Order: sequence, then C-alpha cells, then structure tokens
Amino acid sequence: MSSQALTTLIAGRRRVGLVAVVGMALACLLLTIVAIGQGAIAIAPGRVAEILMAKLSGNTALLEGRDVLVVLNIRVPRVLLGLLVGAGLAVSGALMQGLFRNPLADPGLVGVSSGAALAAAATIVLGDRFLAGTMMKLPFAALPAGAFCGGLASTLALYLIATRGGRTSVATMLLAGVALGAFASALTGLLAFMSDDRQLRDLTFWSLGSLGGASWTKLTVVAPIILPLLLLMPLLARGLNGLMLGEAEAYHLGIPVQRIKALTILLVALAVGASVATAGLIGFVGIVVPHLIRLSVGPDHRLLLPLSALGGAMLLVGADIVARLIVAPAELPIGIVTAAIGAPFFLWLLLRRTSLIDV
Amino acid sequence: MSEPTPILSGHDLSFIAGGRPLVADATLDLACGTTTILIGPNGAGKSTLLKLLTGEIKPAGGAIHIAGENLSTVPGWRLACLRAVMAQHARLAFPFSVYEVASLGVDGIGRALTRQRREAIVAESLAAAGVLDLAGRRYQTLSGGEQQRVQFARVLCQLDAGRSVAEKQVLFLDEPIASLDLCHQLSLLDMARSIAARGVAVLIVLHDLNLAVTYADHLVVMDQGRIIAQGEPARTLDDALLRQVFKVDLTLSRAPAPGLPFLLPQQHRSRPAA
Repeated sequence: MSSQALTTLIAGRRRVGLVAVVGMALACLLLTIVAIGQGAIAIAPGRVAEILMAKLSGNTALLEGRDVLVVLNIRVPRVLLGLLVGAGLAVSGALMQGLFRNPLADPGLVGVSSGAALAAAATIVLGDRFLAGTMMKLPFAALPAGAFCGGLASTLALYLIATRGGRTSVATMLLAGVALGAFASALTGLLAFMSDDRQLRDLTFWSLGSLGGASWTKLTVVAPIILPLLLLMPLLARGLNGLMLGEAEAYHLGIPVQRIKALTILLVALAVGASVATAGLIGFVGIVVPHLIRLSVGPDHRLLLPLSALGGAMLLVGADIVARLIVAPAELPIGIVTAAIGAPFFLWLLLRRTSLIDV
Repeated sequence: MSEPTPILSGHDLSFIAGGRPLVADATLDLACGTTTILIGPNGAGKSTLLKLLTGEIKPAGGAIHIAGENLSTVPGWRLACLRAVMAQHARLAFPFSVYEVASLGVDGIGRALTRQRREAIVAESLAAAGVLDLAGRRYQTLSGGEQQRVQFARVLCQLDAGRSVAEKQVLFLDEPIASLDLCHQLSLLDMARSIAARGVAVLIVLHDLNLAVTYADHLVVMDQGRIIAQGEPARTLDDALLRQVFKVDLTLSRAPAPGLPFLLPQQHRSRPAA
C-alpha cells in the first residue's frame, strides 16, 4: 500500500463516518415525528410537523384543536424523554465498555441499577408502610427521587472501594460491583418478600420500565442531569481510545487517565440514575446499541459515542411506539420491548458475525 | 569526546513491592544521541526500573529528572511530548484498525498540528516500521510480530508529534524484538539507533546479549534489583560477571573486526543460589 492509497483509505473512512452521522440524525428526526403521531389518537406525521413548526416559530394562529394539545402536552414530552433516556443509556454503555475495556460492560456496572432498584423497593414497601402520611406532603414523587439517590449512593460506595492512593482500579470496581449488586438484590428480594400484593405489582412494573409518566415537569428535572453526559462526551472520546491499549499506555500517551475515569463514572452515574428514576430499569439498550455501531463503523469513540446516542434514542423511541400500539389501549412496559427486540437481534448478529468481540 | 549532558537522570532509585525491594540504589543517566541497553536475568528489575524512569510508578526513594525538571512535577501531556514508551504487550479490547492504533500516538499530543501533518506523520511511521501495507487491517488479526511493529509505528508517531514541543526526547523500548524474526529484529534495532543518531536518548531492554553488545553505546547490567555494572559494552562484560548474573557457563571471545565481545553459552547448567 502506498501512502497515497492510505490517504484514500482515511478519506473514505471519514466520509463513511460523516454519512452515518448525518443519515442517523435524519432518521432519528423522522422517527421522532412519526412517534409523536402514534397513540390512542393517531395524528398524521405532516400535521405533527406543522404543529411543531408553528410552535417553534411562535405562530399561535395554527395552534388550535385537540390534536395540538395532545401533541404538545402529552406526546412531545414523552418522545423527548425517550430520546434523552435512550441516548443516555446507549452512550453510558459505550463509555462503560470503553472504560472497563470489556465488551460485556453495561451502565449497570457502576452500581447504579442495583442501588436504584433497592432504593425504589425500599420507597415502595417501607415508605408505604411507615411514612405514608409524610410522603403525601412531599413536593416531588418519592419513588424517582429515592431511586436516583440510591443509584448515586451505590456508585459512590463502589468508587471509594476501588480508589486507593488516587488511582481507581477498574478491575476492583467490576468485582466490587458484582458483590454490591448481589447484596442489593438480596435486600430487594427481602423487601419483595415483605411487600403486599399491590406493592409487589408496583415494584414489578417499575422494574420493567415505562415512559408513561412523562411530562414537561419531569423533563425539566431529568434533562439537566442527562444532558451533561451527551454534551461532554466529546471530551472523553480520545482518552477512551487511548485506554484501549491499557492504562499504562494511555498514561504514556499523555492522557489524564484518572480524570477520564472519574468524569466518566460521574456522568454515567448521573445519567443512568436519572433514567432509572424516571423510566425504570430499561435493559439491553446500553449493550446492543454500541455493539451495532462498532460493527458498522468501527470502535473509534469519536464516532461511536455520537452514533450510539442517536441509535439509543431511536431504539427507545421505536420501542415505545411498539409498547403503546401492541396491546392498545393498554401499554406494555418498555423494558419488555427493548429486550424482546434487542436480544434476538443481537443473537442474530452474533450468529452472522462471529468476530463481534475478539478478532 | 566530551560527555553529553543527560536528558534523563535517575539518582539512587529504589522501589519496594510486597516488602521486597524490586529496584535498589539504581543510578542511571540517559544522554541524547546515545543508545543505552539494559540487560539482566528475569526478575532483575529491568521492567520496574523502566516504569520508574517513564513515570508510570513513583520511586520509594531517589529522584528522577527529565530535561532539567523533576519527573513527578511534569504534566502528563508534556511528559508525553518528552518521551515515548513501547511496552511489552499491548492487547486491544476492541477491533481497532492498524491505522487507528498507530494514530493514537499523535491523537493526544498532536492536536496543535494540522490534520494533514498528523496524517503524514502516521503514514511515515507506518512505512518506517514496515507496516504500511497493513494499515487497513484489524490490529487483532495480525501476528504477534506484526502487532509489535505496529506498536513501534505508534511510538514513532508520538516522537514525531512531540518534537514540535520538545526538542530533546527519550525513547523507551521494553523487549521490542521479543516476537520478531531475525530480519525484523535487526531492522528495528537499526531504526532505534538511527533515532538515537537524530539526537534522541534511547533505552532498550533486551535479552539477546550478542545483540545488546552490538547495538549499545552504553550497556547496563542489572541483577536482583541493582545495577551491578554499566559502561561501554566491550569493557563492561567479562566471564565472571556473566556467570554470576546469568548463572550459565559462557565462552566469551572477541569478534575479529570491531573487537566486540561475542558470547557462546556452553550449557544451561543452573548453579545453586549463593
């Protein structure tokens, strides 16, 4: 190969990356408009676009009718929450896989999910039993707040366990995460054992995930917690590329390894904590999306992270359409849909391409 | 010939792990334009000393200065401009291409360079390491020797990108020829020497004693954590030292032309530890 051929190769790769980003961004926009139209009252995509344009341009004359209210007050916040949570989960997955240098890593590894699930169970079962009077007076929903705090607390505990002398051992964090997860699920199990039928039902549905409760209020709380991850991820991309060679090599390359680790874990814990708190446990997005992207455009994080964000957003919004339509007028928990679509698709990929991970 | 000023100097270095001293009282200078080769048996502390000098681990005692500054106070990115390190094994978790692996050398510290310049550096380094043909391949599909040459290309990239910031540089190679065939062994070591000739201080950990004496300007012999001899290769090695360090009976003769020592192991007979 001449260096001329190499230049062509690089230019070709860059073009593929650009096409992928632009193409997926457009697809994501289209899916968003379709998703806003779907539901108990079907609204044509053209009408959805018209309402959104009118709202954005401040043209109030066009903003009349029942469909406007449905779109602006119910559908838009729900789809935006789906975009945000999906992007957050997929990027968190890609970041965790990069940080742990392990293709099996998922956002749950930082301890957020197990901690959040335990705190949620505690809120449902114990809160109901002992604090029912007080909780009614709280200005916010106790369940998401509890889940968020539980997720952050377990991440913090893990981080402190794995950090010695200013260096965080990701291997220790992985093992401690498994232990802490097992402990948290034991306690969650104990709480489930203590709960009555209604509490058990609440707990089960929460753990299957749903975008059902979306509202503008919820969005304004969640967006500032998930957006930093999406806005700051370009700062992490180069560092994570370097970390692929190992921590020592990354250090030799001049990468601030400890800062990258701490920032990644913090951003992921916040984003996943907020996702779990508002939408429950939604599995598989953080595993399946980054792997799909790696298969199609390669593992370079500068491309992997933005494409994972778009892919995760599309997967979750798409899954939410299915969840709303398949048993209408009831709604399927979205966690069931993402796993039921994601797992077979992933298996099919594994069968087709055995070289997903190693070679 | 006047003694060149060292760009990197370690003074009285020690490092202790698990209560055992891995490196003790090691004093070593690396001079620009000089190829220093570090030899010693397994477990002699060669890699630990290398890790101390690259800043990867902090010494328990002693001080290291690079380009006149205390190593521990040099910021990471500036250190990356001052020195490049090729470690023994580099395994990748995900299928990066050869080009992507090599360009890691310029991605971090070469941000001030133009994209054209960065791409030119990577292409030149891949060509120099003889892996330009593999640029589009996945790193993990390569043989061990090819991977080692790609890592060498990455290190060349880093030196090239760092040169715009740091005029004097150090190159560390930890057993760089372990998986290479004879032809590539010699070509990598030749290249290391030509890098030294351009004014870089090169430190190589090697196991092949004959290659070590052939390629070293300065030979350093380690045993049990200590530097027990260092200097010009022809004057540093003798039968007694080699027998003591490597615990093998040797015949040491002189190659006719340059008068370098030539070592022929007699048999692998372990002697009981003293």
